[in-house]
Amino acid sequence: MITININGLDLQVEKGTTLLEAARFLGFPIPTLCHMEGLSPYGACRLCVVEIGESPRTRLVSSCTYPVEEGLRVRTASSRVLKARRMILELLLASCPQSKIIQDLASKHEIRQQRFRQEHDDCILCGLCVRMCEEQMAAKAIGFRGRGRTRSIGTPFDIKSEVCRLCGGCIYVCPACQLRCTYSDPEKAICGGCANISPPCVKKEKFDDMMCYMDPCVACEIKQD
Amino acid sequence: MSSVAESAGDSHRAPDDGRREDDADTFLPGGLISALEEIQARYGYLPREQLLEIAATTGRSLVDIYGVATFYRAFSLTPRGRHLVSACLGTACHVRGGPAIAQELEHQLGIRAGQTTPDNEFTLETVNCLGACALGPVVVVDGHYFSNVRTAGVKDILEKARRGIDRVEIDTDQRIFPVEVSCARCNHSLMDPRHPIDNYPSIRVTVSFGNKHGWLAISSLYGSYNTAAEHEIPSLTIVDMFCPHCHAEMIGAGKCGECGAPMVPMIVRGGGMVQICARRGCKGHILDLGGTSIE
Ligand code: SF4
Ligand code: SF4
Ligand code: SF4
Ligand code: FES
Ligand code: FES
Ligand SMILES: [Zn+2]
Ligand SMILES: [Zn+2]
Repeated sequence: MITININGLDLQVEKGTTLLEAARFLGFPIPTLCHMEGLSPYGACRLCVVEIGESPRTRLVSSCTYPVEEGLRVRTASSRVLKARRMILELLLASCPQSKIIQDLASKHEIRQQRFRQEHDDCILCGLCVRMCEEQMAAKAIGFRGRGRTRSIGTPFDIKSEVCRLCGGCIYVCPACQLRCTYSDPEKAICGGCANISPPCVKKEKFDDMMCYMDPCVACEIKQD
Repeated sequence: MSSVAESAGDSHRAPDDGRREDDADTFLPGGLISALEEIQARYGYLPREQLLEIAATTGRSLVDIYGVATFYRAFSLTPRGRHLVSACLGTACHVRGGPAIAQELEHQLGIRAGQTTPDNEFTLETVNCLGACALGPVVVVDGHYFSNVRTAGVKDILEKARRGIDRVEIDTDQRIFPVEVSCARCNHSLMDPRHPIDNYPSIRVTVSFGNKHGWLAISSLYGSYNTAAEHEIPSLTIVDMFCPHCHAEMIGAGKCGECGAPMVPMIVRGGGMVQICARRGCKGHILDLGGTSIE
């Protein structure tokens, strides 16, 4: 067991626990965006920053990826943390102003103005969809492509994937692209669920225990009738 | 007592000798990269069918292969032209007018960076620092370096490329420039200022061949093949090269494109990697300066 101190409270946790898990266990809220239970931590959005160490030599780390250390002092809502968190949110909001999830987080953190140019990107590269597809659906249909400014998410060669299970899981977890679900370009659409005339659940023999995230689902409604 | 506690603790800790073989296997798909390099060398790009075939034969998922293929700039998913023109837009070249040079190249060739001319003659790309900052702005054409390029000189460079750059004589050549290299294992500099060759510090390694063992000094001028050695090395002998500092054998996975002998990798200061053929007298080499790969 490892003893750490979060916001003045001592806590004993298993080795390997992350700061995020420990803080949440004590009930301290830490906002997250790229973190989801059941998926491996990735540390992409930095929203979960906390301050560690003794002043004056403290630093900010992402709590979702940082494992507990003996005697570590953690602050989850210091002024430095709040400032960094709001900056991150403001930047996220600038890249995806249309995302309901990001809007809500921003408003919860009292962001009332936007200083940066709105980019209207449809992806913040949080990698949730990629991890969902690989770790929960065992499909590996989508992944990161390219790097730097041209990094993007999608299927190889931007064509409909043969291994995609049309489960909709990637859309379900995405904090940025709910509004993308418009079937405007079915050849390139990530999951293509809508473009598929016979919906996934109808020819389901292959993935019998498959979980479906499409909700609401036209196919299900038709079947119920 | 304490030693028991320590060793018990140790078993939980990740081995910190920096060589986690299993991890390296899963996260750094070395096998995949050399397979892709081979395809890239054979076709000049990575055709889709070849990637699908790797996926089918190795059982690796296509997403991973595609991710790697699009991550490294040494790989291209579209065919490249006969001549590869790389304009440096690294910080140093940028302030010395690199963007104007890149623009002029785009203008002269009628394509944007990253594209290939319709006649398949030229592929133009921009790169970030070629490790020759003092000579900027730098343009590399088919592995030959042009330094202090002016916009007015761009036309001339493309002309030379069209005529076949290898026919330009060496002595009027401002494209030859020195590289500084270090050991790929210990990162210790291999430069030896005490034994200059071509008036520049030489690259010093230890070689062994037959039952002989001694030093070998190689010219650091990229494009020069002058050497000096403790024992005379018969031409076409394949030697084993060792780092004079950490004594590790300098050996990579690649094979020489000219003769099939092993390639010896070294790190180029400023980023990138140079590989030279272990066969003395063979001119096979690959210079990969973090973006351009030139053979
Ligand atoms: S819909 Fe396809 S791409 Fe999305 S998570 Fe499911 S299998 Fe993966
Ligand atoms: S598509 Fe959505 S879930 Fe996937 S990386 Fe982008 S923002 Fe994250
Ligand atoms: S169901 Fe159709 S519109 Fe919705 S995300 Fe999938 S492809 Fe896009
Ligand atoms: S939730 Fe920790 S970095 Fe995104
Ligand atoms: S910036 Fe161009 S060579 Fe370094
Ligand atoms: Zn060494
Ligand atoms: Zn050779």
